[in-house]
Amino acid sequence: MSTGAEDRDVWVLAEYGGGPSSGGGASLRKITYELLGKARHLAGATGGRVVAVALGTGLSGLAADLGAHGADRVVLAESQVLDRYTADAYVAVLAPLLAEARPCLLLVGSSALGRDLAPRLAARTGAGIVTDCTDVALEDGRVVATRPVMTRKAIARVAFSNEGPRIAVVLPNVVPPASADPARTAEVVSVPVSVDPAAIRTRVVEVLALKRETVPLTEADVIVAGGRGLKAAEHFALLDALAAELGGAVGASRPPVDSGWVPHDYEIGQTGKTVNPQLYVACGISGAPQHQAGMSGSRCIVAINQDPQAPIFQVASYGLVGDLFRIVPLLTEEIRRLKTAPGG
Amino acid sequence: MHVVVCVKHVPDTEAQVRIRGDGRGIEESGLNFVMNYYDEHAVEEALRIKERTAGTVTVITAGPARAVEALRAALAMGADQAIHIQDAALETLDDLGVARVLAAAIAPLPHDLVLCGKLATDYNASIVGPALAEYLGLPQATAVSRLELREGSATAHREIEGAVEVLEIALPAVVTVERSINEPRYPSLPGIMKAKRTPITVRTLADLGLAPGTAGVDRRVEPLGLTPPPKRQAGRIIEGEPDVAVRELVRLLRQEAKLL
Repeated sequence: MSTGAEDRDVWVLAEYGGGPSSGGGASLRKITYELLGKARHLAGATGGRVVAVALGTGLSGLAADLGAHGADRVVLAESQVLDRYTADAYVAVLAPLLAEARPCLLLVGSSALGRDLAPRLAARTGAGIVTDCTDVALEDGRVVATRPVMTRKAIARVAFSNEGPRIAVVLPNVVPPASADPARTAEVVSVPVSVDPAAIRTRVVEVLALKRETVPLTEADVIVAGGRGLKAAEHFALLDALAAELGGAVGASRPPVDSGWVPHDYEIGQTGKTVNPQLYVACGISGAPQHQAGMSGSRCIVAINQDPQAPIFQVASYGLVGDLFRIVPLLTEEIRRLKTAPGG
Repeated sequence: MHVVVCVKHVPDTEAQVRIRGDGRGIEESGLNFVMNYYDEHAVEEALRIKERTAGTVTVITAGPARAVEALRAALAMGADQAIHIQDAALETLDDLGVARVLAAAIAPLPHDLVLCGKLATDYNASIVGPALAEYLGLPQATAVSRLELREGSATAHREIEGAVEVLEIALPAVVTVERSINEPRYPSLPGIMKAKRTPITVRTLADLGLAPGTAGVDRRVEPLGLTPPPKRQAGRIIEGEPDVAVRELVRLLRQEAKLL
């Protein structure tokens, strides 16, 4: 590490949902708390500050929350042109901010926004970039990232160059979120935004809500997923019921998606989403490597499958060999009973 | 409309991957390589655009000699021409460097649209698409599940957390595609025959006016090595009739896993 005060700082791009464009107040996304947790840790090692940066409109309400969760300084870039994310506008605002502040590292969440933005921002600023990080650490003065590759059949370690800016895109649910300390406050700085609207070459026409009530899969602590063993679209109602009791989201392996039982956004695996929940309940999923690529980072895996030879049992913490059509409703009932039991 | 599609030759996702003895990469001998799965969808989208609007489909890859197979596969699907950037120095580049090289090769070609897969299934970086857009000075839309083209602009659907974002994007643009965008065709026999006869343009970094160590092509991140993933312990099978097993499962989830 070089010695300037600024280049010891760790920056976090704040992501939030809601906000003026959806009619409600903005609230930080879970990934932002996770990034703040990681940033606090890293800043402890670099001896720098944690700086959170948020772009949009009506953001002042977020600043206190960012401070309570570990930001020493909050940078707000507010403008109507940032009301909805576009790569062009975000890069136009962030690139000069980073060039001036020269932080040690910028942490970005591996979300739809983060994956779209970060590579372009890196290309603009000449930053080194590592995506899909499960960890970022300081080792002998180098910033080293860890990431799964090759369908999670290998783990790669990648070192950032010691020169120039660095951007790490961190997977959701892999680092513990920062805990809140309401007594903590951050210094809040507003920066002027001058982006030529003509330089924004994409426009968000509309945002169509997906027909799901639950948390997004990539943010869910509990996921109930179905595979070929579900046999038909209507049987996913069994998983909906279990997920509702567990406060989780429903996903699927590839066969139900290819069969049209559930939409593509349900898919977990190599050709779908990567998830890292606390609890993953795999129902009627054999556990092909392509599926495991998307879920083997789950903390606890429960497998329910008729075939005792199914590869899913090789990675499951707990396995039940049997008929999911009997087991899943029983499990739903048992969890419901537990929740309503006195003292339970 | 002239469409350029970037493709990558990657290990089949079903293949067993062995890490090289020095940990610096994977053992390639005996490994089956294919066109990156998402890139097949990009090629398919390009072919459908060509069928609707006329024009050309050019496929391009930056990779070792074996990567010509990905180009042949795209030609067999119906692409018109192929460019292979082949240079020993490619191995020393990071993803931004590869994007810079592709940009240098694409810039002089007619391109109303540049398509990529949303990620490559070997190293999953999803860096090249947006970085390529930046280096070409074009707008971008990533992980697109639906693309409708008009004169000078397009509408792109992209899945974001819990919603689908509908973007209007000026053309030319770089678009990376999700697998739900289409169903790729199988190559036809005449297509395969034609692919074998189609000459492939080979370019080195020097041909593109680039050299490693020059601005933008110098490495900003350095791979330190690969290790096998931590082995997940196969846990326990809970025996018994469903009602008994379910009660035991719930007990273990609470008391042992500290969940629920």
